[in-house]
Amino acid sequence: MDAMRTACEKTSGRLGVWQIVPVIFWSVAAAAASEPAAPALSPTNIFAPASTPANSILRVSLFVLGVTGAIFVVVFSLLVYSVVKFRKRTNDDGREPPQVYGSNQVELAWTVIPVLIVVALFMATARVIADVQKVAQPANAIEVVAIGHQFWWEYRYPALGVVTANELHVPVSEVDHPTPTFIQLLSADTDHSFWVPRLAGKTDLIPNHPNSTWIDPHETGLFLGQCAQYCGTQHAKMLLRVYVDSRADFDRWIQQQRQPAAVAGAVSEGQRIFETTACINCHKVAGTVANGRFGPDLTHLMSRDTIAAGAALNTPENLRRWILKPDAIKPGSLMPAMQLNDQDLDALTAYLETLR
Amino acid sequence: MSTDAIALPGTESAERPFVDGLHAWVTTVDHKRLGILYIVYALIFLVVGGIEATIMRIQLIRANNDFVSPQVFNRLFTLHGTTMIFFVAMPMVFGFANYLIPLMIGARDMAFPRLNAFSFWLTAFGGFLLYFSMIGANGLYGAGNAPDVGWFAYAPLTARTFSVGHSTDFWTLSLLISGFGSIGTAINILTTVLCMRCPGMSLGKMPLLPWLNLVMSGMVILAVSPLTAAQVMLMIDRYLGGHFFDTQAGGSAVIWMHFFWIFGHPEVYVLVIPAFAFMSEIIPVFSRKAIFGYPVMVGATIAIGFISMSVWAHHMFTVGMGANANTFFALSTMAVGVPTGIKIFNWLATMWGGKILFKTPMLFAIAFLFQFLIAGLTGIMLSCVPFDWQLTASYFVVAHFHYVIVGGILFGIFAAFYYWYPKMTGRMYNETLGRWHFWLFLIGFHLTFDFMHIPGLLGMPRRIYTYEAGRGWDIWNLIVTVGAVFQAVGTLVFVFNLVWSYFRGKIAGSDPWDAWTLEWSTSSPPPDYNFAVIPEVKSRRPLWDLKHPNDPDWKYE
Amino acid sequence: MNATSMTAGSVEWKNPPRGQVGMLALIAAESAIFTIFVVAYLFYIGKSLSGPTPKEILSVPIFYTICLLSSSLTIHFAARALRQGKVKSFGLLWFATFALGAAFMYGTAMEWYRLIYHEGFTISTNLFGTTYYSLVGLHAFHVVVGLTALFLVMAFTLLGSVRAEHAERIDVLSLYWHFVDAVWVVVFTVVYLIGR
Repeated sequence: MDAMRTACEKTSGRLGVWQIVPVIFWSVAAAAASEPAAPALSPTNIFAPASTPANSILRVSLFVLGVTGAIFVVVFSLLVYSVVKFRKRTNDDGREPPQVYGSNQVELAWTVIPVLIVVALFMATARVIADVQKVAQPANAIEVVAIGHQFWWEYRYPALGVVTANELHVPVSEVDHPTPTFIQLLSADTDHSFWVPRLAGKTDLIPNHPNSTWIDPHETGLFLGQCAQYCGTQHAKMLLRVYVDSRADFDRWIQQQRQPAAVAGAVSEGQRIFETTACINCHKVAGTVANGRFGPDLTHLMSRDTIAAGAALNTPENLRRWILKPDAIKPGSLMPAMQLNDQDLDALTAYLETLR
Repeated sequence: MSTDAIALPGTESAERPFVDGLHAWVTTVDHKRLGILYIVYALIFLVVGGIEATIMRIQLIRANNDFVSPQVFNRLFTLHGTTMIFFVAMPMVFGFANYLIPLMIGARDMAFPRLNAFSFWLTAFGGFLLYFSMIGANGLYGAGNAPDVGWFAYAPLTARTFSVGHSTDFWTLSLLISGFGSIGTAINILTTVLCMRCPGMSLGKMPLLPWLNLVMSGMVILAVSPLTAAQVMLMIDRYLGGHFFDTQAGGSAVIWMHFFWIFGHPEVYVLVIPAFAFMSEIIPVFSRKAIFGYPVMVGATIAIGFISMSVWAHHMFTVGMGANANTFFALSTMAVGVPTGIKIFNWLATMWGGKILFKTPMLFAIAFLFQFLIAGLTGIMLSCVPFDWQLTASYFVVAHFHYVIVGGILFGIFAAFYYWYPKMTGRMYNETLGRWHFWLFLIGFHLTFDFMHIPGLLGMPRRIYTYEAGRGWDIWNLIVTVGAVFQAVGTLVFVFNLVWSYFRGKIAGSDPWDAWTLEWSTSSPPPDYNFAVIPEVKSRRPLWDLKHPNDPDWKYE
Repeated sequence: MNATSMTAGSVEWKNPPRGQVGMLALIAAESAIFTIFVVAYLFYIGKSLSGPTPKEILSVPIFYTICLLSSSLTIHFAARALRQGKVKSFGLLWFATFALGAAFMYGTAMEWYRLIYHEGFTISTNLFGTTYYSLVGLHAFHVVVGLTALFLVMAFTLLGSVRAEHAERIDVLSLYWHFVDAVWVVVFTVVYLIGR
């Protein structure tokens, strides 16, 4: 115990040891900020922007990190220094140290300097707010209306006549000839938030309060994200998948999504089940009698990589499992278990598999 | 006043001492007993809230875990936040204020002792009501239980359509009731500080703890009331068919956010200002120097009080308020950092040139300075609106506010516990156990909350019961969970120390720390009437004047 | 709740009176609550999607407003009378205060009866209904609390228990009553002048 006490008397140095932990954290943060390594750390790394809004954010955030880092170094050093230099020594004479009650000059100094820092930070902030929020929508922008639901995303392209769900396709935006995508954000029920970190900061979807955001991805690929405002039981599995396609691929995708469901001659057994069970109350399949709007549009279900807003891969087994019991994949989702027997389930899955 | 106070020495109630003792505690209006009731109540709920946190951390230790269901997880984070804010931090703060303020200003009790007791029992009942929801809230479709709408209960998730059953009502009512208790205590503190100071103690000669609690009380009065109003509106919506937050009828979900955060932001300053008060009492004593810049400390706190009422919408930068509103709230939020920073510098200057003694209260105080500095800096990052668009609603902001509340406020509360334990119980706590608590908790705190920033930077939102593999979040979540274990063990050591020292601690005497404010002039624990003769003071450190008659403070103030 | 005054040693020391400071603090808290309801009212003006508008169905309660505001005068003079030891005048003026306050409540009740049963206008009709009944109702609730306290004091007066030394407590209570009247000025302005 004595040894521990003496060790603790040299606490100043010891405290320094454990404060190394934040230094590790900042190093990782800095590493995360270095671009080439960044996507490898995570597909949703905010320090790996691929679109102008995310880029603007990165630049101002590095500035803020620099300023706050400098403040930290200065104040931390003073703290460590004072704890070491002014500790009570073992050979202390027992008298109280000189009592210093204050100093106007010192107070002025450490008021003025922080105020100046605040001014600098504020100006940088205000500029980027305007850069992102006060942007006029150019004529060639792709317009998307995103409607948040518990627990899936509805996407409409009003000018292009497309309605789909959960997987958003946008064209890549060339630096010299930008084609951004402007997304109007609405909600059908509670609050949600659209967050794809590599493309832009998050913006909320709030009922009766339309919002909008924009992205102009500079590279093709798949960008991940998820709902970032607690919206109920399955908030955690309301995932976002943004496919940035080449212009040609995007146009092709649009063409395909515009088509009604492929009609395969006579109505299959699966289609009959679909249209006589409650499925059509919630789901739409363009070109058939199914015209429900509560759940995702299924016209081109097979064009998607995932089902249930990203909760599972779009395979026949998963599809069947989902229809049998949604709670098995996404407990608390609003799709009820349809109580179908095995035969009906197989037929239904086979029908859905034709919806390319 | 308890009847024990006037019992003659040597006589005891012969028949039922336990029942009489219990009765004395239940019916007490004595500020010291009520203070202890608040503190013990808060300690119990600290353990409860900690268990909730530990279960959540176990669920999040790896991707796609199924330790608890999403429904249970959502109730856990709702209860954890609500409990920690309203039934741990607030009662803790009120408990210490209640105990210390009359002693520090030379008064015999608070201004309104019966209101004091009433406020405590309202708060206590509120906590009971919240937890009763676990068994009492069963509504339709079995979808009733503990509330699961998050501790800020955004509309329209709280509407009858989306929150069936009564769980949300238990949230609303428990906070409504304890809110009245909070307002009552705030009125009491404010009146006590303004009206009950001993002769010679002008406001400029009052120790910083009563000063800061005065500012805190003013903030409670102005900030808890909007929450009360919003909750009444929510009940009107849910039960009288009102449309305050009914977006289908043209109502606004955003207005709930405004009303909630007009409460919610000042609330966190309500919690941290008393921690500042503890620091302002402890750091001088263990540096053996007067606080540096007393008038500036008062002025900065008042400035914080005012400015903090104007920053609330920094919780709403992603809601779509428009560029102008975002810009304004960025400025006000950055501005509030200035007086806060000034306070850190003044504490540093107090230590500078002193003779620092590393007793347990001072260990926690030094850690507070370090951690509050970091918390403030991550706060500055969040005030930069575009950066906030990435960081908010992610684990970065969860790390930030836990850094403030645990790294700042809780460490400050631990410091206060150790500093005033001798006064409250008459015995010294065990210093070795205190250090074990400190180091275990410090390690755990940093493991958890330093590394928690990283998943936020890598895109992990908050309030998710599980997450996909392949996002790069797994290792960080694992480290965060490990830290929780250290904190739990540290807390157990702490509680053990409190209990063990109560029975076996060394007798403390009235002034074990050689301190300078009036509470150290009474016995430990103080008699029911606090002071046999109401003292008269001439400076901010009356005991320094007595101990240094050739060099009293009033020559220099 | 007297002002604590002590002369100890060399210093003449007077603290502000507890009752008044406490009541002012309570009034501050209540003002904050009312402010939120007023903000909600103002925010939702003109935003109802359907249903009656204020212009269509509200009638301005001038007479009952005068009643309530006059009661501030009577309570002021009642308190003054008690300070001067004139218990009988105090009793009469206090009763007048109560009667005027009760008249105001009667007026509100009549107005609400008309709105609910003749116009079919309730708290759930539309945004206007929600904000109107909440704001006016919150105020009415505070009037009822005040009337209850006034009634208790009346009862004590009739029993002969109220004397000049209680003047300070009566002052504290009249502070509350003045607050209730001041809130009505704001509510009246917002609902019947601005909102209509």
